[in-house]
Amino acid sequence: MTSFFLRAFASLWALTFLAWAPSASAQFRVDISGVGATQLPIAVAKFRDEDKQPQPISAIVRADLERSGVFKLLPTDAVLDEGAPPNLSEWRSRSSDALVMGSVTRLADGRLDVRFKLWDVVKGADLGGQSTVVQAADARLAAHRISDYIYEKLTGDKGVFSTRIAYVSRAGKQYTLRIADADGEGGQSALNSPEPIISPAWSPDGRDVAYVSFESQKAVIYVQEVQSGKRRVVANFKGSNSAPAWSPDGQLLAATLSRDGGSQLYVMGRNGDNVRRITTSPAIDTEPTFSPDGRSLYFVSDRGGGPQVYRTPVSGGAVERVTFSGAYNISPAISPDGKSLAYISRLGGGNFRLHVQDLASGTVTALTETNDDESPSFAPNGRLIIYATREQGRDVLMTTTLDGRIKARLMSSAADVREPMWGPYGR
Amino acid sequence: MKATSSFLLSPVRCGLSVALLTAFLAGCSSVPLEGASVESRTPVDSNAANAGGSQSGVTGVNVNQSSLPPWGKQPRVIYFDLDSYVVKDEYLSVVEVNAKALAADRSRRLTIEGHTDERGGREYNLALGQKRAESVAKSLTVLGASANQLEAVSFGKERPAAQGSGEAAWAQNRRAELNPR
Repeated sequence: MTSFFLRAFASLWALTFLAWAPSASAQFRVDISGVGATQLPIAVAKFRDEDKQPQPISAIVRADLERSGVFKLLPTDAVLDEGAPPNLSEWRSRSSDALVMGSVTRLADGRLDVRFKLWDVVKGADLGGQSTVVQAADARLAAHRISDYIYEKLTGDKGVFSTRIAYVSRAGKQYTLRIADADGEGGQSALNSPEPIISPAWSPDGRDVAYVSFESQKAVIYVQEVQSGKRRVVANFKGSNSAPAWSPDGQLLAATLSRDGGSQLYVMGRNGDNVRRITTSPAIDTEPTFSPDGRSLYFVSDRGGGPQVYRTPVSGGAVERVTFSGAYNISPAISPDGKSLAYISRLGGGNFRLHVQDLASGTVTALTETNDDESPSFAPNGRLIIYATREQGRDVLMTTTLDGRIKARLMSSAADVREPMWGPYGR
Repeated sequence: MKATSSFLLSPVRCGLSVALLTAFLAGCSSVPLEGASVESRTPVDSNAANAGGSQSGVTGVNVNQSSLPPWGKQPRVIYFDLDSYVVKDEYLSVVEVNAKALAADRSRRLTIEGHTDERGGREYNLALGQKRAESVAKSLTVLGASANQLEAVSFGKERPAAQGSGEAAWAQNRRAELNPR
């Protein structure tokens, strides 16, 4: 499918609008900024009979594809069933490189039969499709899986649209840990509390979420099974217990404990057993995160004065400084390929902005122009970063491509939302 | 000498506190003395403290429970400067009164909650608040509280005392709260 990209490069979209642009769906806003963003033009027709169902399947697919930054969605009101042969020359004349069509049928037992087909408009080639029967409650999931299919067929990369995110919402004095689709919609409560909840962390198999809850008037780390709601305390030592992070094999949790004085890094078993101290410093050591190979911990320490990102072997040993640009760098996240470090840097004027550092070269890129960025987390395919920021006085969640060009704001509810963590593949 | 004895009491009390906390020295030296005469500015040796002008008299000062606020009524908030974890002189009396109450009854327990202003990351602020709480806990133990009576915890920036942005709110939020349990 590289031909798509070659042609897309040749046409070099010159997109210069910096303001919020209306997206395919009114519930999302996708911001495209910068010049020369290269995107594949694609048309997603309305699916036959989708209007009879509560979830607008094709609108969800359009918003998914647009948010990825890889596609340019062509506006269309056409309703096209996957079974009918499309008039490809018409779509070719509209400069569309790909076309998606489909249908939604409600079965006698209430389930939905969702079908689609993907066409290479230029070659006139049928790129396949699927028919999926799902519970009505999984209609959004069916739409995200269609997006994943299209994304993988046209880019060669695995899509992340059917993955989930965890985040914390706050409405008045009520804190809620929520699990939602990767587009921020379809959120369900995993924990309600009158006290703060911070630092959710998905287990690598996506079954558990670790988090810090202040429900007992101090920071305690819990692990909760997402499906059953069963939870257990994994760290409740004297002092504060925070910043949980899973090892890539899901067997260990790294955390910040103050049980021996100061905030220091520890590693323990997934149930809180075999607690082992990793750092011994007179400084603050916190926000540990495992490297993808599980051998190192990246973390934040103010041992050099201000907070910076450091790295240390999990087995113990030398501590190595990683960030050097700026006086205040926190909240490290490592890309799944281990090559990029996302973090928050405080700039002059007290602005906190998301940055990415190429770990091999040390090159640092600012990804946003907002002032209160927090908590970056990579999508499992490494192509997007989710983070929290403030917009018009509200806490919001955003996704951005790694070049900072395509940003989308998630969530449309009135509550303040923060602490996003992108979950793994496999739902 | 008789004229000076009535207002010597205050410096003497200070002298006893000094024995507990040398850091108080500066504060005591500035206690205003009403009707201060030339003699009153004479440095007073605590051994010379007496009542009734007798050279061998002793005035006892009882630091007992009844002279302290009832447990739970102690002043309980200590504010910090920006990026600082040091208990300022003006809050040493808060530390002292709580330390005395804890020393007077070893069954008492106190949680010290550290807090920060809203700027910066949640986890890093949690660690900064922890540092403030541990700083207060250390001061309490120096003044007589036992470590096993204390727990230093942090809420970071999660539980501000004052809403809103700006130095007025931030100054109220950079604090440690002492909560009896």
